[in-house]
Amino acid sequence: MSPDFLNTIEVILNGLMAGVMYSLVALGFVLIFKASGIFNYAQGVMALFAAMTLVGFQTGQVPFSHLINAVFGTSIHSFGWTLPAVVAVLLTVVVMILFAILVERLVLKHLVNQEPIILFMATIGLAYFMEGMGDLMWGSEMKILDVGVPQGGSLWLEEFTAGWATEGSTYYGMYIDRLDIVATVVAIVLVISLTLFSQYTRTGRALRAVADDHQAALSVGISLRKIWVIVWAIAGIVAMVAGIMWGAKSGVQFSLSLIALKALPVLILGGFTSIPGAIIGGLIIGVGEKLFEYGVGPLIGGATENWFAYVLALIFLVFRPQGLFGDKIIERV
Amino acid sequence: MFYRQAGDFKSSYREDLQTFALKQDRWAYYALLVVAFLVVPFIINDYWASAVLLPFLILAIAALGLNILTGYCGQVSLGTGGFMAVGAYACYKIMTSAPDLSIFFVVLLSGAVTALVGLIFGIPSLRIKGFYLAVATLAAQFFLVWLFNKVPWFYNYSASGQISAPERTMFGWAITGPNAEAPVRYLFCITIVVLLAWIARNLTRGRIGRSWMAIRDMDIAAEIIGVDPLKTKLLAFAVSSFYIGVSGALFFSVYLGAVEVGEVFGITLSFLILFMIIIGGLGSILGSFIGAGFLVLVPVLLKNVMVNGLGWPTDIAAHIEFVIVGGLIMGFLIVEPHGLAQLWRLAKEKLLLWPFPH
Repeated sequence: MSPDFLNTIEVILNGLMAGVMYSLVALGFVLIFKASGIFNYAQGVMALFAAMTLVGFQTGQVPFSHLINAVFGTSIHSFGWTLPAVVAVLLTVVVMILFAILVERLVLKHLVNQEPIILFMATIGLAYFMEGMGDLMWGSEMKILDVGVPQGGSLWLEEFTAGWATEGSTYYGMYIDRLDIVATVVAIVLVISLTLFSQYTRTGRALRAVADDHQAALSVGISLRKIWVIVWAIAGIVAMVAGIMWGAKSGVQFSLSLIALKALPVLILGGFTSIPGAIIGGLIIGVGEKLFEYGVGPLIGGATENWFAYVLALIFLVFRPQGLFGDKIIERV
Repeated sequence: MFYRQAGDFKSSYREDLQTFALKQDRWAYYALLVVAFLVVPFIINDYWASAVLLPFLILAIAALGLNILTGYCGQVSLGTGGFMAVGAYACYKIMTSAPDLSIFFVVLLSGAVTALVGLIFGIPSLRIKGFYLAVATLAAQFFLVWLFNKVPWFYNYSASGQISAPERTMFGWAITGPNAEAPVRYLFCITIVVLLAWIARNLTRGRIGRSWMAIRDMDIAAEIIGVDPLKTKLLAFAVSSFYIGVSGALFFSVYLGAVEVGEVFGITLSFLILFMIIIGGLGSILGSFIGAGFLVLVPVLLKNVMVNGLGWPTDIAAHIEFVIVGGLIMGFLIVEPHGLAQLWRLAKEKLLLWPFPH
């Protein structure tokens, strides 16, 4: 096989891995959208916030320490302990559940029956609020997240594939980050467990009932408010997983929340209401933007990854507004 | 008691339908104009111009434009920053290629160029709505910013990749460039603002504005009663982009003077302007101004209180600003989805009856 061909395969594989990351964020969007019809812009910031909280717990940072120091002139920074990763993850899960309850109590409860676009804007407000809150609690400097996920290129794969190229050509094998492989496994486990949860548990059935029809669900005695809390908590946990993966890959920093924007075209491709759609949409966007950058990028100045996903989504929308797997949009006067 | 309708008789339809139907409102409006044109230019200094008044006036134009599209026509756009960048770069290209053209026309022409670009990105709105359209406009935002970064023709092959406004004069006064003085820049901006606000007000209360609102409230029903969605939506996109383009041109040439596209016209600016119209009031001309004023003043105020008053570090002040702005947006959407403009309207209604409750 020629090195060019192998390079293309490598680009496609890396694109698939990147796509898995996008899918992880998009998954949280779909969960909330199905259960409450809310398009949650804050999903990416939730991932950032969860990752920051995790790092904060792990390194024993004192929440709001910068603010406290500025107000009272003290200089406290840390409790002086380091928690094991598992404990920190569990604590973060608790925080995300608390967050879900607070959002339902303070915001969503008051916005029932508003137009979707108003709810969307409210979540933009929520995103700003959380962004400021996260920075205020844990400081805005970039943090290193280490929960024991392996990192760096897979040497085994590099050696294994190096021999594939035709004799005499220079080819050093494929570079694939081990972290990406772990992320793929995690995403698969997450999707399977979510599917099992929604198929075989009582709460899961209630979730699907709410997604199907709010009023019918209410009439058989399902509490909408409880379901919303559960859904936001699950989305928070999915956000945490996404935050851990992205955070381990590129550090916990503000740009993490921009990933959320990338998840939007993913959703458009896959359809807002479909979990498999979110996965496949993520993969298409991931592969598409990597291939475009590899093939066309050098001709037009590079950095096409910034906009390719959106333009692809835009073109796609014109032909199929409901996405690949979304429910058909039917409107009546 | 003193603010009342009694004795203010209308003898023609024209008088009945005027924007400021009450005598007191009219006087207040004229007084405001007199203060804005004849008093402020004499007391304005550089700090007030560059920290408060210029950003307020220029962003108010962008808010007007977005309000026409989102508030009146119901098409959500997250591409405002990108369209402002189009205005800015069009302004730069026209300024440098036609040095003799008056800056006033340069700004208007930049608006026209942006209107054309807005038309192109408005075409998908015929098929897609709501969030889907919001995402589609994100494509405009990211693509346009990337384009201005990557194609050297747009910044005249300058080494830094920045664009900076050369000096242009009007009636002998420097409007742009380093020699422009605060009162002149202020007067130039406020003239354009008053002109554009007047046009927007009259567009939105006439036939065109009604067809926009019909599309916003229910597009299928609007189509049935004879509103052409193609023309109406595209017109909204064009007019809105014109306003946003003018705002971008002023933001670059009069306010900042030199611009690096990714920093200034990024997605944050798009959100800022969206927040302005949410807080100010969707579908309200006055709301665009109140929202712009509010979001320009709040950071200045917070910064003065926290950094200069309490001596806190600037980064903490910036974070608190985020928390407060985010909280305010949620608060407004819960308490008063129609924004500050609606509160103003309610206050006036109460005042008409005061001191009686009914």
